[in-house]
Amino acid sequence: MTSAASPTAEPFTTIVGLEVHVQLQTLTKLFCGCSTAFGSPPNTQVCPTCLGLPGSLPVMNRKAFELAVRAALALNCRIAPFTKWDRKNYFYPDLPKGYQISQFDLPFSSDGQLEVVDPKGAFAPRTVGIVRVHLEEDAGKSMHDEAAGTADTRIDLNRAGTPLCEIVTQPDLRSPQEARAWLNELKLLLVYLGVSDCNMQEGSLRVDANVNLHIPQPDGRIAKTPIVEIKNMNSFRSVERALTYEAARQWEEWQATKVEMGRMPKQTRGWDDPAGITRPQRQKEESSDYRYFPEPDLVPVTVDEPQLARIRAAMGAPPTELRRTLADRWKIPAYDADVLVNQGRELVAYFEAVATAVADGKLASNWMQQDVLRTLNERGGTIGEFPVRPEQVAEIIGRVQKGEFDTSRGREIFAEVLSSGRPVADVVAALGIAAVSDDELIALCRELIAANPKIVADVQGGKEQAAAGLIGQAKKKNPNANPGKVRQMCLELIRGM
Amino acid sequence: MQPAELSAVDLVTAVRQGDLSAVHCTEAFLRRIEALDGSINAFLKVDREGALASAARIDERRRAGGPIGPLAGLPIAVKDALCTANLPTTCGSKMLQGFRPPYDADTVRRLREADAVIVGKTNMDEFAMGGSNENSAFGPVKNPWDLSRAPGGSSGGSAACVAADMAPVAIGSDTGGSIRQPAGLCGITGLKPTYGRVSRRGLVAFASSLDQIGPMARSAADCALVLETIAGHDPGDSTSLCDEVPRYTEMLEQPLTGVRIGRVRDHYAEGLDPEVARGVEEAFAVFTAAGATIHDVELPHAKYGVATYYLIAPCEASSNLARYDGAHYGHRSSQRTGDGFESPLLEMYCRSRAEGFGPEVKRRIMLGTYALSAGYYDAYYAKALKVRRLIRQDYLDAFRHVDLIGGPVSATPAFRLGEKTGDPLAMYLVDLYTVATNLAGVGGISFPCGFTRSGLPVGFQLQGPALAEPLLLRATDRFQRLTDWHLRRPKAIA
Repeated sequence: MTSAASPTAEPFTTIVGLEVHVQLQTLTKLFCGCSTAFGSPPNTQVCPTCLGLPGSLPVMNRKAFELAVRAALALNCRIAPFTKWDRKNYFYPDLPKGYQISQFDLPFSSDGQLEVVDPKGAFAPRTVGIVRVHLEEDAGKSMHDEAAGTADTRIDLNRAGTPLCEIVTQPDLRSPQEARAWLNELKLLLVYLGVSDCNMQEGSLRVDANVNLHIPQPDGRIAKTPIVEIKNMNSFRSVERALTYEAARQWEEWQATKVEMGRMPKQTRGWDDPAGITRPQRQKEESSDYRYFPEPDLVPVTVDEPQLARIRAAMGAPPTELRRTLADRWKIPAYDADVLVNQGRELVAYFEAVATAVADGKLASNWMQQDVLRTLNERGGTIGEFPVRPEQVAEIIGRVQKGEFDTSRGREIFAEVLSSGRPVADVVAALGIAAVSDDELIALCRELIAANPKIVADVQGGKEQAAAGLIGQAKKKNPNANPGKVRQMCLELIRGM
Repeated sequence: MQPAELSAVDLVTAVRQGDLSAVHCTEAFLRRIEALDGSINAFLKVDREGALASAARIDERRRAGGPIGPLAGLPIAVKDALCTANLPTTCGSKMLQGFRPPYDADTVRRLREADAVIVGKTNMDEFAMGGSNENSAFGPVKNPWDLSRAPGGSSGGSAACVAADMAPVAIGSDTGGSIRQPAGLCGITGLKPTYGRVSRRGLVAFASSLDQIGPMARSAADCALVLETIAGHDPGDSTSLCDEVPRYTEMLEQPLTGVRIGRVRDHYAEGLDPEVARGVEEAFAVFTAAGATIHDVELPHAKYGVATYYLIAPCEASSNLARYDGAHYGHRSSQRTGDGFESPLLEMYCRSRAEGFGPEVKRRIMLGTYALSAGYYDAYYAKALKVRRLIRQDYLDAFRHVDLIGGPVSATPAFRLGEKTGDPLAMYLVDLYTVATNLAGVGGISFPCGFTRSGLPVGFQLQGPALAEPLLLRATDRFQRLTDWHLRRPKAIA
């Protein structure tokens, strides 16, 4: 991430609130038994209920409700003991019933918070309030074919009825960078909990942002620019870019017009990613009277403490807790714990397997970051698919610890195990790696001292770091020579001269 | 004896014992339909082939010694509001003309599994909105007792086809009286069970919190027989009740001694036809003679029933009927002028709905849309929900003192076709005595308790607490053992 410009440099504060929709990782839809799998041929995962055929009725998917509660608990929300469903009425061809089953005045959860901390300190830790989390059904997809003259719209209802969690934050974020970092933290949390795969390309996570500026005035008053809702952002990077663009645009507009919040209706703008700008979206003529009313086809849902306890018990540790646990248990810096946890639960398990085997958390963490993660990033794929298993990494580290070879030799071995897929012992043998005896080492050091009077003189003159030249030469003559030992021996020999 | 003269209970017994084949039985009713329905218009679709084929399969299975269901060979007509997998389901609307659902309503599935023979789909007010059947897009049903009169509605086709012996049993649906009122006007017995007793899955929704399917037949015993099959929990309907289904047919015998029947003074206000009032009083006398006691009860908020109903039902309907937009199924307008429309999509929606829906449906969609709109919601819909709770409480209070509540089912006998069509408010008042039952979610039954001098049936209504179907059926059955009003047949079509 590029370092952001200091916020104090701007004559305004950017105020951001987010509205996030995540598809829940259920096998079936929210109100019927159809599959939620992505990518099937259009309209193959449908039934009378999600097609909205006459006489069809919804039945709530309990698993979806539990996953939603799990997400809300992880966001520190208050869970309502009684919640109900409402109909949100509007006409659109990808909404086959003419209403969406959602939650209006009694969402199942509210009043939560999620903190985001930047380990590099690019911004102060930020706690973002969660206004509410509610559950609703997704609509289908409209595909507008705007080929010359035809302008057909095709409807795919496979997605219609997929469970969707809507998470609405307070306007607590203070910069585009914070917004992006917070979204990363939210995504990590939801993936950790198995609530959603948060795949933005497949639409399982969607973000809208509300943004305006607070501009201190000479008289001490804070002027607030009109709130703009930005839609159509398809990555966290575009969220950051769109917010940055929009803040600059609002600043310019403010300077030109001095129009403040409340003097015009909330505007919706769409992010044009290739162009890197937001554009005004056409306002609906009748602005959103959704005529919400309680859904008479579903019964209200009650949630009691034993149910919540059961959901909590099945939840597993959220990332924030895991970072603390890792840092404490393995005595690694917060930064290391952050990097490891941010890679997901599987990588944490990998790390812990290595750390346990070598009984050294910091060493294991160094290897994870410098070797495992670096090559994983280059190769792509998941840690589960990574060919070098934790036992093998641990074996290499263990042999380094025993002094069989040094870390840089260890790295060569790691690279060779990775590319060849052979066992560590085979690779060690093939590379001709063998322990060097003290006698051999002393002979080597003597030879080097004799051949390098200048270095010897420098060391004798007090420049011990000059001994590095000897170590380099030693490695060339015998790649198995342990640099630490070479250095120690050479220094002792020179002092004894 | 002709099958058409037998009760449903006798028909299934005869088929079970091999005295009557299902095919013979079905043919007898199909012949009646062919002879009479041209003048009555009770059926929107007669499934001669399908009915005879399933009757033949039942006969074959019975002859082979295989198991047959409790309704084996019983012809049943089904209101066109219920989805049938192989038959058109129009709900009385041009909007759904030609629509064939891919699935059976839960009730239809249960009937088929019980080996009932579905003979056809009956005419109804469009989307069950109406009290006279004149709102059908396919022409009104005529009352078999007087072809110039309405059969009531919205299950008018179901009521008329039973009254004219074109089917021994029909299935209706009741949102504000749509089973009980036409049953009363046609001189048959119709039961609206407790909300949730019969699954609504596959019932084209009018007002989801009020809709309930129920049987319509010539007697309480026949209603009990059919209710045993169609009642019960459906995991596909979250609002269906889990309570076990009693053996209604076996609970009819017990006498009425000590049963307390309430009488509501407000039922005798202005507007009640004197001949209806007399029939109702005579019915109370019959119940007294049967050992029941009559007590005055109050339903203080019942007078707000019609107003409450005509907010809640249209609000739900405005949302339930939003799906008929021409995009996915049903009527789609082919007109595209672009004149005055924001987009071709909007034009398709507007024209399809303008062409597909009749005036009463449009009126209720507009009423409901208005009442749910921002700024009006609290004054109308939210207030109606509060009054609904008061009405429900009235019933709970009343049923602490009485076991049942009796009274008229409608203020007048069958009115003339066209008499009320120009006055929607007058038409709404035909539900005066029935809507509160639905608002309270309890059960009600109506049955003939006499005739006017001009030969029109007079209906009596009993309402009971939640899940009191056994008592409603037992009381009605007792009444029918002591009287023969339910056995009278219309002369006009005999």
